[in-house]
This record gives sequence, structure tokens and C-alpha cells, in this order.
Amino acid sequence: MYYQTIRGYVRAVDDVSFKVGKEDALGLAGESGCGKTSSALTILRLLPWNARIIDGSITLDGEDLVKMRDKDIRKKIRWKRISMVFQGAMNALHPTYSVGKQITEAILLHEDVDSKEAVERTEKLLELVGIEAEKINRFPHELSGGMKQRVVTAMALACNPDIVIADEPTTALDVIVQAQVLKVMKELQSKLKLSWILITHDLSMITETCNRLAIMYAGKVAEYGDLAAIYKEPLHPYTERLLSAFPSIVGPKSELSSIPGFPPDLLVPPPGCRFHPRCPKAMDICRKKEPVPVKAKKDHEVICHLYT
Amino acid sequence: MTKDVSMEARNLVKHFPLHLGFLKTMLSKDIPYVHAVDGVSFKIRRQEIFGLVGESGCGKTTTGRLLLRLVEPTAGEVFFKDVEVTAIDLEREMRKLRRRMQIIFQDPYESLNPRMSVFDIVAEPLRIQNVTESEDELRDRVAQALEDLDLNPPDEFMYRFPHELSGGQRQRVAIGRAFVLRPEFLVADEPVSMLDVSIRSEVLRLLMSLIERYNSSFLYITHDIALARHMCNRIGVMYLGKIVEKGSTDKLIMEPLHPYTEALIAAVPVPDPTARRTKVVIKGEVPSAINPPPGCRFHTRCPYVMPICSKEEPELVEIQDRYLACHKYNG
Repeated sequence: MYYQTIRGYVRAVDDVSFKVGKEDALGLAGESGCGKTSSALTILRLLPWNARIIDGSITLDGEDLVKMRDKDIRKKIRWKRISMVFQGAMNALHPTYSVGKQITEAILLHEDVDSKEAVERTEKLLELVGIEAEKINRFPHELSGGMKQRVVTAMALACNPDIVIADEPTTALDVIVQAQVLKVMKELQSKLKLSWILITHDLSMITETCNRLAIMYAGKVAEYGDLAAIYKEPLHPYTERLLSAFPSIVGPKSELSSIPGFPPDLLVPPPGCRFHPRCPKAMDICRKKEPVPVKAKKDHEVICHLYT
Repeated sequence: MTKDVSMEARNLVKHFPLHLGFLKTMLSKDIPYVHAVDGVSFKIRRQEIFGLVGESGCGKTTTGRLLLRLVEPTAGEVFFKDVEVTAIDLEREMRKLRRRMQIIFQDPYESLNPRMSVFDIVAEPLRIQNVTESEDELRDRVAQALEDLDLNPPDEFMYRFPHELSGGQRQRVAIGRAFVLRPEFLVADEPVSMLDVSIRSEVLRLLMSLIERYNSSFLYITHDIALARHMCNRIGVMYLGKIVEKGSTDKLIMEPLHPYTEALIAAVPVPDPTARRTKVVIKGEVPSAINPPPGCRFHTRCPYVMPICSKEEPELVEIQDRYLACHKYNG
């Protein structure tokens, strides 16, 4: 998926592939501007007017979402099959409607139920995310940040989706509240047999909640596979650096590594491997040829010339 | 006072009056106050990095600003070396002192004037303090400051404006501005929380090297206790305007005694899928600082709460190798 601009195409998502199985939790990680959110928006086709899906497919149970008409996506896919918790969604709650009403509205719009049933379902949803059903008539300003985040999570679950995409669900929250929200998300996954796609720049959050990981860099996937495998043995130099850039609270104190330079301009991405200007292990070939995915191990893919 | 203390806060208190409407202010007998900082004391030794850690709204930022007198304290004293900062009346005297203490703000998108070039931003403290004798010297000092922060070559950056810089570069300019006077004491208020992880460690590395070079002492304010562990020699944990535990970083992290410190550490996600720890996630959120709970302020969320906790406020006392305010360890 590219964004068309006056100065040319911004290659925001370029040849990105991943799979989410049932009850999987996939973490999409990377720096800001690396195409994490754009990938998610492409899946749900919530793209701005200047975005173009150039090529590729999004398959959900054998059906290609890219070929589907807008109307069908809206009717059949969004909310019902795949829903999304947007970044900063908790601040996008309508201030003059009660939270219950906002969830009920979504149910009524998408499903053929009467309002009484919709209210009942809303109450159940709130309880599911750990909010007492009595709070259904509260307004957003009466709730704390953590509770609002839980409300929007409940909203995403309103039509029993199979996959929920959560975009930076806890960035504005304090650590303790963040831990509470992550706990709720994990419980929901097993209770409702959900699949999650968690988008975040915080790798430590992914390791706490997910079982699969895709590291993105400059619109491309750098490394993808089983979380524990990647963590144990990061292959891509970018992953390696990213992992050791995190301060940890357990274990020995280690020197924090850093990645020199800045992410590239996606209007004119560097030729060859997009990471080569910042890569400590860059070779000649990296400047010339774009690397292809290599299966390093079962369930562990890396896109880097070091392994070809 | 001992020679090696650089900055000392004694019983700092800051209450902000709550703005009600005109009518309510007239009718109500007492105006409610936000108890932002409520009796905070600590010492920062020379060349030491002291960390203040806590959730948002616990008063850590206000404490940092009180030290530099960017907000006036309601009560309490601040000593810098042997000067009582809070007793200075004259703005001129205060300005002299500010040459020796500086602050780095959290958000480089807001702390840099968009209409000033990088040169003007970094040169401003030098101009205000009148430290340079000629324009050439001024230029050299600014160039040096930018070079120190790897903004190379400085000539290229000097005449850019903040909007032409990335977040990491902006924060470096903000750090350059703070260090250009070679201050003896610095407050950094979440200097990297707005930056991407990959850039974060680079900025921190530069910051550390500057602290070392100029022998500054440093107050590091952060909500990220894992980061504080990497940066600081000693840490004070704040909760609702009070320090609940204070001690050397290693002891505090490896063996937290206060239930709040424990919870704070347990809540930090670990970037290691193999190291899943048993988690005590405490319930609820920080109560309002307008009417802080009586007794120990943490008792409403504390997993080890006892009857005494809601009645009597625990004092910050020296226990073993640290200072601690908790009834669990008293008596």
C-alpha cells in the first residue's frame, strides 16, 4: 500500500506479509512511521483517499479482502470479523453520550437486534473487561483513563469479531494501569478465542502479551516468526539493536545500545535493503540488491542478506 | 551542611488552589487545594544522578520545578550548595543563580520556540547571562554545544528552525541549550519519553557523557522505573505528593520494601518472553490529590493494608539501608 502525494508515492507498506492464526496474538513492532498502523488500516480498508493498494492480498478464511467491494467490507468484515481499537481511542469517546449508549449504538447498527437486547449485551461486554455493569450510564469524563481504554476495548468486541487490532492501546496510560489493561486483553483472548494484532513500538509490551512477532522497518518486515524464537536469537541486525535498546528491570544492568541515524524518507527509500544506511553489518550487496525472506528456522523468517 | 551536597530540598510543599467559578469561590468557606507536593525532602550529592519516579500526577514534575523556583513553594526550603534558593528576593540574584542550574523539558515539540533558529535557541541563555564577550565567542560556544550533541556539522544545524528537525534532534537542541552554560545542577523532566526507542538510548548516552564532562549533578524525573535503573545512582519513589521510598538504585530495584515500589516494579513489562514473573497487579488508580486519603496515601490500593494505615500517616524513616514510609516496617 502506497500513499500518493504530490511528490510521488510514499511507500508506507511495501511487500508486508504475515499470518494470524486462531487465538494467536501477533505483535507488530517498529519505530514511528514504519508502517505499522498503515498495515492495519489496509486490512480494514480504512484508508484515506490518497492511499492506493498496489498489489497483494489479504485473505480471511479463504476470501480475499482486497478484491471485496467497499460495501461488503463495511457490512461483513468490519466490526463483525475484524475490529480495531484505534490509537488514542479513549480520547475519541463522545463526551456527551454515556459510554453504554456508544457501545449499544455500534451493536444496533451492525446487527439485527432490538435495543433491549443490545443494552444487555453492552452490560455483558463491560463486565467482560472488568467494569461494573452499573457504570453503563456513566459519561466518559467520569471514568479514568484505564477505564476508558477498557470501554473502547469492549466496543471493539461488540459484534463478536474473530480478530481485534489494537493500535498502541496503552501508550497514554501509567505503568500500573497499563499492566491492568494488558491483563484484561490476555484474559479476553483465551475466554473468547480471539486473535489479536497488537501494534506498538514497545517491544516489552509485546513479549508480555503475544506469541508471534513481526518487526517492521521502513515499510517492510525485517523479521517475523515465533516470539520466543526471535527473542532468543534475533537474526536481523535491526531486531538485535532494537531488543538491546530496552532497559530491563530484571537481570543484570547492561549497556543500552542505540541505532545511529534516522529512519529513511519513504518517498525515496534507500536502494537495496532499506536498513543498510544504519546497519552495522552492511555489506556491498545490501546497497544494491533488495533482500528476500529467508526461512532461518521453522517459524522464523528473516529478510537480510546476512542469511542468504 | 556537608560540602558534597549539591541540592537539598527540605519539606517542600506545593498546594495549587483549585479554580472554581466566581460564585462558588465567594460562597464556599475554604477553597480546595490540589496537594501536588506535600512534604518532600531529599539531597542530591555532587555528581550524583538522583531519580524521581512515580505515576503521572504524583508531583514529580512540580518538585523539579520547585527546585529551580519555576514555581513558588507553599512551604519548605531549597538549598543549592550553601545558598538558600527559596530565600532569594531579588530577581537579579535569582538570575545569577539560574546560570548554575538548568532544566530540560519533556516535550521538545513545545519547549523550542518555532520562530527561533537553532542558533538563537542555544545562544539565548548565553545572551541573557551575558557570559560571552564577543559575537565570535558566542558563535563558538554554540557550535561547541551542538558538536557535543553530535549535531554535526554545527554550521549546518545552526540556521535551521525546529520544524526542520526530527524529534531526536530537537531534544538534542534542548539539551544543548541547557548545557551551554555548563550548569552545576540540572533537572531533566522525562527527557526521552517523547522519542522513539531506537533514538532514545542515543540521546541518553549523549546526556550521560555531558553530565560526566561538566561534573553536574542531576535530577532525573521519569515514570519509567526501568530507565531510572539505568540512569540513576539513587531513586526516590513518589506517590501522591510524597516520597514513599528512597535509596540506592540497586537496593531499591532488587529488593523493594514499600508495597507501592513493589507494584511499580511488577507492572513494568519485561522485554524477555522467557522471564515471566509472578505478578501482583494492584487494583484501581491513583486517588485524587484534592482530597488525598487520610493516613497512608497508598492504603486504598495497598495489598497489605492494616487498620493503622487509614488512621496514621507513616513517617519517612531510615530503615536498614534506605528511607521508607510504611507501617509494615514500623514497630
